[in-house]
Order: sequence, then structure tokens, then C-alpha cells
Amino acid sequence: MSFFRKLATKPWLEQDTMDNPRPADIVPAETAKVGLFVFLAVITFLFFLFFVAIHMRADYEDWVALSEPSLLWVNTLLLILSSVAMQGARSASRKGETNAVKVNVTAGGVLTVIFLLGQLFIWRQLIDDGYYAASNPANAAFYLLTFVHGAHMLGGLWVLGKTGFGLWAGRRVESVALSVELCTTYWHYLLLVWLVVFGLLLST
Amino acid sequence: MAYVAIADRDHEQPLHHPHSFITKWVFSQDHKIIAVQYGMTAVGVGLVALGLSLLMRLQLGFPDSFSFLTPDTYIQSVTMHGMIMVVYLLTALLLGAFGNYLIPLMVGARDMVFPFMNMLSYWFYLLSVIVLLTGFFLPGGATGAGWTLYPPQSITGGTPGAGGGIISMLVSLAIFIVAFTMGGLNYVTTVLQARCRGMTLMRMPLSIWGIFTAAILGLLAFPALFVAAVMMLFDALLGTSFFMPAIISQGESSGTIGGNPVLFQHLFWFFGHPEVYIVALPAFGMVSDLLSTHARKNIFGYRMMVWAIVAIGAISFVVWAHHMYVSGMNPYFGFFFATTTLIIAVPTALKVYNWTITLWKGNIRLNVPMLFAIGFIFTFIHGGLTGLYLGNVAADIPLSDTYFVVGHFHMVMGVSPIMVIFGAIYHWYPKITGRMFNNTLGKIHFWLTFLGVYSIYLPMHYLGFLGVPRRYFAYEGISFSETTQAVNANITIAALIVGVTQLLFLFNLVWSLRKGKPAEHNPWGATTLEWHTPDKVPGHGNWGASLPTVHRWAYDYSVPGASQDFLPQTMSSEEAISLGARGTEET
Ligand code: HEM
Ligand SMILES: [Cu+2]
Repeated sequence: MSFFRKLATKPWLEQDTMDNPRPADIVPAETAKVGLFVFLAVITFLFFLFFVAIHMRADYEDWVALSEPSLLWVNTLLLILSSVAMQGARSASRKGETNAVKVNVTAGGVLTVIFLLGQLFIWRQLIDDGYYAASNPANAAFYLLTFVHGAHMLGGLWVLGKTGFGLWAGRRVESVALSVELCTTYWHYLLLVWLVVFGLLLST
Repeated sequence: MAYVAIADRDHEQPLHHPHSFITKWVFSQDHKIIAVQYGMTAVGVGLVALGLSLLMRLQLGFPDSFSFLTPDTYIQSVTMHGMIMVVYLLTALLLGAFGNYLIPLMVGARDMVFPFMNMLSYWFYLLSVIVLLTGFFLPGGATGAGWTLYPPQSITGGTPGAGGGIISMLVSLAIFIVAFTMGGLNYVTTVLQARCRGMTLMRMPLSIWGIFTAAILGLLAFPALFVAAVMMLFDALLGTSFFMPAIISQGESSGTIGGNPVLFQHLFWFFGHPEVYIVALPAFGMVSDLLSTHARKNIFGYRMMVWAIVAIGAISFVVWAHHMYVSGMNPYFGFFFATTTLIIAVPTALKVYNWTITLWKGNIRLNVPMLFAIGFIFTFIHGGLTGLYLGNVAADIPLSDTYFVVGHFHMVMGVSPIMVIFGAIYHWYPKITGRMFNNTLGKIHFWLTFLGVYSIYLPMHYLGFLGVPRRYFAYEGISFSETTQAVNANITIAALIVGVTQLLFLFNLVWSLRKGKPAEHNPWGATTLEWHTPDKVPGHGNWGASLPTVHRWAYDYSVPGASQDFLPQTMSSEEAISLGARGTEET
């Protein structure tokens, strides 16, 4: 039943109708997915608001776009690769191949860590070249967006790290299938966010 | 009973049973304990805010009589009072405390779906409160930017707390938002996923609808405040100029270049207006249940009430700029936002009518929760009407930043939700503690508070018409009328009385914990699930061996023919018919 159809029911007339078989049919995995979905909605709003705010600020004439360091392309590639690895982990976990999951999860994690180190390196480079946050709003926006995106990646790494270490400590794939599933979705999503951030940075 | 076996599949996911004192009472993952922790912290920090308001009132009522009150402490008190009341008291109490306590019990779940995250939510909240309060002890003191924290003034030297206080405020808000997000994810997902068998969305009590919608609003609105806070932290700490415009002060440039302070206002109010409904919607929901239960009548127009909650939630995202009429904007914008503001009044007014009609010919029991619920109808109509008035650009511009506004928003979003909170605490006190509160003390509390708040805020509207500005420490020689000072002194006396009255309330809560007479299992004869737990004070896991099954909506009060004046949600139609209920046949 669609949400609006549900809202149109007349509860005072209905008794005993059991068209709501919860929670018997609900598996915990589904609940976790709903939770993740709600969370993704929240970060969508968060990044959307950051974009709007920065966009409004970019209309002012003191905004001097910064020429993106070429290392950013490499980092983007790393992030894409980590997403690919996560995808591999997901399909391996669906097939129940513990080893492949282990390898892919590790690859995804390591690539992400390198991505984050790369981002830090870019910050270092920019600061050495005199692109301080305070010297131009465009610089500030760059630091801000990469910081917020990186913080979200770090949060993901925490969960992925627990999963990965669990696998290395000998956990079976069934017991981590759910976190692999959720991490993969999250990784793809943050890749998408990153591509939008990157596009925004390139376009200004 | 094959159903029961299926319904209890959730046993496969074992509940985390606490063993030691620490995991049971401190780092608890039980939603009821987290709710109480949230509630106590919120009330504690709320008392600080109450104290601050009394300091302000002392100055306004009796200027120059108290040497410890300076213009700086005054504006710092205004700021901290406002922010604590709105965010750290009301939001935390309504969602963190009531949301946590009521959602699993009212939808028939064993706990929140992510109990660990729920626990983290509380500890982050506590951390945010601590960070906020450290502001008072930093050099320069707490921030004095006004609760709206508008830049550039909030982070420019000369404003109290521009160095340290504002940082602690912004950091604390960011932590609070993280806490809220963890809680909000739980509230929303629990309502979506953990309802018991038979609990369809449209059988949920309105309390849950209000809390559920408010949680969604919060999840989408708080990010705006987060963005504003993070960008302002950049401005304050790194010297960026997201918001900070070029400023020349005493011939010296501040170093910042061309930021956009109005951008902050947009972000702030994109959060700030939905925030009004984040505290209002749970209150709307709970007051509906209180009125229906204590009037022994079904809520009038349940579907309309649900639709109104959803509609108000949606519209509340497109009215924010009515707070910015005086910030300078395109007149067409002003027109748009004035229109949406008036539109949102339609579902709101509808709710007020439905509450009133629910009382019509009801079997009203004037016990303490009901008194507060009816008190709410008064204060809310009052604050709502002045809100309609201020929603019009032409009326708002001369009244902006006067005491009329202070009177308005205290009535509508200060006093009204507080009335519901008091009512709700009295209503659910027997469930939480297993004992009844002292009735006489409760009634005294109600009458002093209700009459007291009117003597505080009604005269403020009059002061506003005279042009008395808000956020002023003293009016240096300007006498708006002969009586202004006398009115202010009276308000202060009323405020002191109301303030002290709240101690009576706290005393009642604590005293009744030990000495209150043991409550019956369902003292109010309510239909909703939380009153039908196997234990009077529900234990860990709430429902004992098997989850409840819901057969009807939450408002079967005084069903024609039935020998008892309420049919619990768990009662099947056979049982209802055996009680003689008519009109309850399967349709
Ligand atoms: C006994 C109860 C209360 C008293 C006596 C009181 C008194 C005051 C006073 C004197 C001011 C400052 C007015 C000015 O100089 O501009 C103020 C501001 C404010 N109060 Fe209250 N208040 C009370 C309860 C509440 C509650 C429950 C709320 C919750 C919404 C609230 C929210 C605010 C806000 C948002 C401001 C504006 C702060 C600012 O201008 O930045 N107050 N209150
Ligand atoms: Cu508003």
C-alpha cells in the first residue's frame, strides 16, 4: 500500500484486520538497511546545504577559483577503485566466498586510507604554496568540503575496519555479510558525493 | 496460537541483558533508562536556563539594584537562556526523553532498533551540554550574540564571549546535532520497522505521529545548523570569510573580505523554523492523547490530525524567511513567505478546533494532566493568534525586536510545549515510577504556573506596542510610558513566583518516588499499549514472553454499549462484543 493510501484508511472502522504482519516478517538486516537509508537522506541534505551555501558565497566577486591540484584526479581514481573493491566484496559475500570477501574488503579499506592520506597531502601542498584558507573563500570552501567528505569516509572506515579485522581474526562471511552489504552501499554513496564535490570544485 | 510463535521471532535477535550496575543504570541500552537520563539532564540544564531568565528579569524589573548584573552578563544570559531552552531543554526532552520512552512502548517494540547507537546518542548529548556550560568559565565568558548567533557580531571583538564562548557554543551545537542524528535515526527506523503485529501506521497514537514527524524534521533541519556552525567555526578559528564581511573598525581592517552574513541567517532559519515544529509536533501529539484519554472520548478527526501533522511538517520547510523581513530581501520573497506562513496556520487551526471538539460533551476528568492539556489549548491559541499577526510583513516590521515578539514566541513555543510536557510527565509518571504523584501539589503547580505565565507574557505584548525593544539591558532615560517600569516590576515578581513554583513540581516528583501511593496498573483507563505491559513498570524488553497484538485504533473510549468506557488496543472484537460494545463488528 502506498503511503498516501495508508493515510486514507479509517482506523476506527477496522478491527482485527491483520494486514500488518510485523515484526514476524522483518529481518534485522532489513531494519539496518532502512536505518542506513535514513542516514543517507540526512547526509544528502547536509551536503546539499553545503553546496547551496558555497554556491551563494561563490557569487561574490572576491571569490578566486583555485586551480585544482592534479593529484586530485589520482585521488578520485583511488576512491573509484575502492568502490569497485567493495562491490567485489559484496558479490563475493553473496556467494559466500570468505576469502574473496577478505581480500576485497582489505583492498577497499587500504585504498580508502590512501585516498585520505592523499587528501592530506594535497592540503599540505596547498598550504606550502600559500593557498591558505583565510586568503580566499574558494580555498576555504575546498578545505571545508574535503574535510567534511573525509570525515564521513573516516566514519565508514571505522565500521569497515571492524569488519575487516573480524575477517582476519577468522570470522565467517555469514556473520559479516550485513556490514559488507551496508558498507558497500555507503562507499558507493560517498563516491557519488565525492564526484559531485569534485565537479563543484572544478566548475568554480 | 501459532501467531505468537511467529510474532516472537525477534527472540532470535537476543536482547542485550545488562548484568552490572554500570551497564544497567549508567551505560544502559534500555530505551526507558536512556529516556530518564535524557530527561534528567534536560531538566537540569533547563533549570540553569530558568535561573538565567530570572537574572534578566531582576535587572528589567529593578534596574541598577543588583551590582552583579552588567550589560554583558545580561546579554550573555539572554543568549544562553534562549539556546538552552529551545535546543537543550525542549528538543532533548521531547524527542530524547519522551521519544525514547514512548516510541517502543506505544508501538509495541521491545526496544529501539539500534540500542547501542541510542545509548551513544545520550552520551553525546551529555557531552554537548558540558561543552556548552564550559562557555561560562572561559575567559570572556559565554557568548552574548543572542540565541540566533548572527555574524559578524557574534565573532567580532566587543561582543561578550567572541573569543571563547562562541566557540564552545558552536562546538556544542555540532555535538548536539550528532547526538540528535543518532537518536533520530532510531526513532524513525523504530516506528517504520518495529511496530508490533496489527499496529498499522494509522493505528498509532498521535503522540507517536507527532514524535515521528518531528524526528524527520529534525534529521533534515539540523544539518542546516550544522553547516552554519561549521562555517562559522572556520570563520572564527581560521579567519575565513564565509559570513564575515569586510569590516573596518577604528580605522583598521579586520582582514576579512566580503563574506555574506545573510547566508548565515538563511541557514539558521532554515533550521530555526522547523525547530519550532520539532518541539511543537510532539507536544501536539501528546496533548491529543491526553485530551482524549481524560475526556473519555475518541479524538475528533483522527485522520485530519495525522494529515495536519504531516502537512505542517512539510510546509514548515518553506516559511523560514519570515524571520528575516527586516534583514533586507526582495519584496516578492517577503510576499511568498508571508503567504506560506499564513497557509501553515490552516492545518494548525484545524488541530485546535479538533482538540476543542474532542472536549465537547466529553466526560471530562479535571485531573492534573488534563488541566495542563487544557491550559495548553489556551496558551497555544493565544500565541498562535499573535503569530498570524506577526506573519504579515506590514505588522511585523514595526514590532520586530520588541517585547511583542518576546511575548509571542514565549506563548507559542515556550509555554505551550512546557504545558504539555508537565501534563505528560504527570500522565506517564505512574507508568515510569509505579507511583502516583501528589494531586494537591500538582494542582497548585498548575494554577500558579498557568496564571503566572499569563501575568508574565500578557503584559509583554503591551510593552511591545509601546516600542520597548528586546535584548536591552536598560532603557537609559527613555520612558515609553508612565507605567512601563511598574509593568516590568510586576512581570519580574510573577516570573519569580513561577520560577519558585517549579521547585514544587520537582519536589513532588522526588517525594512521590518514595512516598507516593502505589499506582494502579492503568490508572487513567487508557487504551494505548504502554498501559498494558505485563509488569506495571515495564522491565527490560517491555513485553515479557510475547509481543502484544493490536486489534484496534488507540481511541476506543466510551464505545456505545460497552460495559467499560475504554477498549484497549489489544482487545479483540470478540472480547469487545462480549462487553456489549455495539458498532464494533467487523466491517
Ligand atoms: C519562567 C520562564 C521564562 C522567563 C521568565 C523567560 C524570560 C525571558 C527573558 C526576560 C528574555 C529576554 C528578553 C530580552 O531581553 O530580549 C527571554 C528570551 C528568550 N526566551 Fe525566555 N523565559 C522563560 C522561559 C522560556 C522558555 C520555556 C523558552 C523556550 C522556548 C524560552 C525561550 C526564549 C528565547 C528563544 C529567547 C530569546 C533569546 C534571544 O533574544 O536571543 N524562554 N526569556
Ligand atoms: Cu518561524
